[in-house]
Amino acid sequence: MEARRGWRAVPKVRHVGFFTPNEPPPPARTQSGPPDSNSPPLSNSPAGNSLSPVMIPPPRHLSDNLAHRATSPLPVPETSAFRRPIPGGDRVAVVGSYNPTDSMLGASPPLTSPSSRIGDGEFSEESSPGWFRRSNSAKFASSFPGGGFDLTSIKSSETLEVEVKKPVEVPGPNIAEKSGVAGAELQTESQSSSKPLKAKTTKAERRALQESQRAAKAAAKGEATGKPAISSEGAATSKPVKQQPSRKKDALPAATSVAASDRKGVDRPPEKERKKEVPPPRMQFDDKNRVEKAKKRAVVNQTEARNRVELFRHLPQYERGSQLPDLESKFFLLDPMHPAVYKVGLQYLAGDISGGNARCIAMLQAFQEVIKDYSTPPEKSLTRDLTAKVGSYVSFLIECRPLSMSMGNAIRFLKNRIAKLPLSLSESEAKESLCSDINRFINEKIVLADKVIVRHAASKVRDGDVLLTYGSSCVVEMILLYAHELGKQFRVVIVDSRPKLEGQALLRRLVAKGLNCTYTHINAVSYIMHEVTRVFLGASSVLSNGTVYSRVGTACVAMVAHAFRVPVLICCEAYKFHERVQLDSICSNELGDPDAIAKASGRMDVNYVDNLANKENLQLLNLMYDATPLEYISMIVTDYGMIPPTSVPVIVREYRREHLWI
Amino acid sequence: MDFQVVVLAGGTTKKLVPLVSKEVPKALLPVANRPVLSYVLEQLELSNLKDLIVVVEGQDAALLVGAWISGAYVDRLHVEVAAVPEDVGTAGALRAIAHHLTAKDILVVTGDLVSDVPPGAVAAAHRRHDAVVTTMLCSAPVGGPAESGSSAGKDKIKKPRRYNIIGLDPAKQFLLHIATGAEVEKDIRIQKSILRAVGQMEIRTDLMDAHMYAFKRSVLQKILEEKDNFQSLKQDVLPYLVRSQLRSEMLLNGVSQAEEKGNVKVGSQDNHVVVSQILANASTQSFHELYASGHNGSASVRRIHKCCAYIASNNKYCARLNSIQAFSDINRDVIGEANHLSGYSFSTCNNIIHPSAQLGSKTTVGPHCMLGEGSQMGDKCSVKRSVIGRHCRIGSNVKVVNSVIMNHVTIGDGCSIQGSVICSNVHLQERVGLKDCQVGAGFVVTAGCEYKGESLARKEK
Repeated sequence: MEARRGWRAVPKVRHVGFFTPNEPPPPARTQSGPPDSNSPPLSNSPAGNSLSPVMIPPPRHLSDNLAHRATSPLPVPETSAFRRPIPGGDRVAVVGSYNPTDSMLGASPPLTSPSSRIGDGEFSEESSPGWFRRSNSAKFASSFPGGGFDLTSIKSSETLEVEVKKPVEVPGPNIAEKSGVAGAELQTESQSSSKPLKAKTTKAERRALQESQRAAKAAAKGEATGKPAISSEGAATSKPVKQQPSRKKDALPAATSVAASDRKGVDRPPEKERKKEVPPPRMQFDDKNRVEKAKKRAVVNQTEARNRVELFRHLPQYERGSQLPDLESKFFLLDPMHPAVYKVGLQYLAGDISGGNARCIAMLQAFQEVIKDYSTPPEKSLTRDLTAKVGSYVSFLIECRPLSMSMGNAIRFLKNRIAKLPLSLSESEAKESLCSDINRFINEKIVLADKVIVRHAASKVRDGDVLLTYGSSCVVEMILLYAHELGKQFRVVIVDSRPKLEGQALLRRLVAKGLNCTYTHINAVSYIMHEVTRVFLGASSVLSNGTVYSRVGTACVAMVAHAFRVPVLICCEAYKFHERVQLDSICSNELGDPDAIAKASGRMDVNYVDNLANKENLQLLNLMYDATPLEYISMIVTDYGMIPPTSVPVIVREYRREHLWI
Repeated sequence: MDFQVVVLAGGTTKKLVPLVSKEVPKALLPVANRPVLSYVLEQLELSNLKDLIVVVEGQDAALLVGAWISGAYVDRLHVEVAAVPEDVGTAGALRAIAHHLTAKDILVVTGDLVSDVPPGAVAAAHRRHDAVVTTMLCSAPVGGPAESGSSAGKDKIKKPRRYNIIGLDPAKQFLLHIATGAEVEKDIRIQKSILRAVGQMEIRTDLMDAHMYAFKRSVLQKILEEKDNFQSLKQDVLPYLVRSQLRSEMLLNGVSQAEEKGNVKVGSQDNHVVVSQILANASTQSFHELYASGHNGSASVRRIHKCCAYIASNNKYCARLNSIQAFSDINRDVIGEANHLSGYSFSTCNNIIHPSAQLGSKTTVGPHCMLGEGSQMGDKCSVKRSVIGRHCRIGSNVKVVNSVIMNHVTIGDGCSIQGSVICSNVHLQERVGLKDCQVGAGFVVTAGCEYKGESLARKEK
């Protein structure tokens, strides 16, 4: 048990992408430093302090629901002062620890707190310091100060009742059980006692309370049977989810932690307006139940790859090779699928089309076909039926390949246009207007935007420049060609990387147009960089914290350029901007075909990993994207002009409405 | 999915005489006691293709096939049976019904295909590459004709029609060369332009054209209209399309069309060009597109079209019933190794004996056998790897090995039948010995005769 806890507490954290080492840890998630270092239990395990931002909060353990009361008032600075006495059982300090909650609860708690201490002490002795730390970290990581507070009050009042009845020392499990019963009986009372601190308790809150008590009871029972760890673990895992509503109610809107993403929609009426704004959480592929469910819906039969890298289990990765034949053989069976959508999906899956703009255009053109061929079924409204249809097509496309953020924006736009269709329009008029809307989107947001970007960026190209680009970005290509047309004298360095070698196609086209090119692989980027004067990079998406999400390797090139003091210009259309904030490239990424990196194309003699594909101790990781932090970026060239990366939120905020033509 | 299906069921091919006759056209030849056409139709039905056009050569045959289809698939499929004159060839048959074709793409399947390759796969490959024609290739039957056990070279001379010479690109997606029929024996002539564009070509002789094609309708109709001397899809139309893929004579390629339009109408259509440019640059290009864009800059857009190939994987069964040998092979396979195709459930002894069949004492029916409804067998018979049809009466002491016996056949005592095909209503009198023979419908073999490798049929009046 100890060993496992230790393992939980110290997760393997790898940074993908680049991060300044001296970046202060996000304050909201880490424990406040000084009190922790004071408290003896924590000082034993220093790992508790170095909680990383990526760590998923471990489920809170509930067998210590008595002790929990003590530890839960975390938002309050006195916490650690309280925690210190537990091993010793110093009562004076205990009373002090109650201050924040108890003072609100009223007069009764101070009386009973000494007795409750006894039960607590027992718990704390049998449960190691690790428990406390873990429950703390759960609290902190979920960053719902209000929620924790609320619970605390309830808990304490409930145990309080127990101890009124049984002031004598009782074995721990017994107490817990009783407390559950008593809590149920005296629920109203406990609620009334908690009322002073919250103006009113909503239905959701009451329900959460009830459920937490039930869970506590189950946990206690489990302990009584002599398997404390397992059963309480089970209860613990179920509990945080159930408690979400009550926490969420008073949680800040910004608080979207990992735990919050798998909240269940119990009932949260005040959430409704906000829910519309927040995009649905991405499916986490390490959640077995959800994966199973999704599989049942899936059109494409995919088998999950077996050896996946631990840190990226939440991303979908399938065995390659079986998907395409399977989808092909179902060609005629996918009845509701429009052929145009099917073709685009097939091309995504086969890798015939890649690149953000091209994929987006291909998808939009397919949807245009869909709309042209669409006719409203009887007794249905065009708005609703078409939205549902587009939704089903989108989920098909996601199965073929995860959508890029730019496509997500385009889909949002389309759905918005469908929803905003005036009811007075006839079907043919509506279809006409949607088609022209899509055309307008392609023309304005992609083609015209590219033209503007090209004008802007070409002004930054001077005679004698050496321009470096990575991979193959269609905007960068246009910039280079335009600058060449303007008669500027410059040289291009194309940096490429395995396994896609996209730069070669770009190289071919540039050389055909008579540009002076150098081609090299990313291994040599540090060598070639010293002669480079500008770096032009494309992007898959630009996030509102200035992070650029792009083809893997971009971050490396940007970092090297930064180190060499070479300006890095990111060229990206504004429709690819997204309000999401991403700190690393772990939580949202795409995994490519692992075979692509295991095999060296055209080298029959390099076959060392050929038969190792199913080895347990080999995991192949072929990441598709990475995140470049804003420090490495000098400028972002968009259709709204050239902006520093810190101004991305402004664009997102100011132009979002215009983007979607809401 | 905007596909139309044409099943070419053929008529009474000369190659299969004496098995086929006026009463039994090729499409209705029984394979494991089911007409061979049913295998195709059911495969199509599985793929949710229920609107079919079945083209039959000859009025009488069309009536027979139509009657059978309407009986068997009355509420499952919507089938249109079209009769075309005999000996017009596959291209001619399509030409005759060309005005019925309206969908964007046409799937043409031969009626004698016994296969479990999903037709959707061919269609998907076709759509994915936006090809003009996609053909299904399957591995040629390995055993080949039974009598040619000697060298492969000899084999090829003997039975050239069984093999194609097929050129593929390195990714095995495009068809670069195809030689069928008599051409196989001649020298291979490969166009330099294609070879130069692709860079590398793989020549295969172990693949067979399975006669399942997806055509672009506009192209198919154009070819059929313009080249009225084309007789066969396989020998004329497909090689023609493959040959001319880099110097296409018809406005086929959507992209080049669009680009041409864009070039003509500058200004408003300018954006359109940019979009197609973005798309073209971002997609992995086949050699066609690289060739079309040309090495000499953008002087002229060359017209190209794509011919794709879908290669069925080796674990799929795929065979064509186009010879007598193939007929017995397929019959054996369908109740043998490819028994999932037959649609019957096999008993624990790995054979199918209809409950109404009667077996005499000490009669053994081995594995991979089939005994049809209402058949009777006398004592001490032995049946191995054979199909016996409905309502046959078989006497005592009869040995049937590796044979196909159709319906209503009467076999006298003490007969021995090996590797033979016996059509319906044949009467074998006592102690007849047949080895590698074909007995036409209604024939009577007199008692005590021994035949080896002969074809016996009634004289047509």
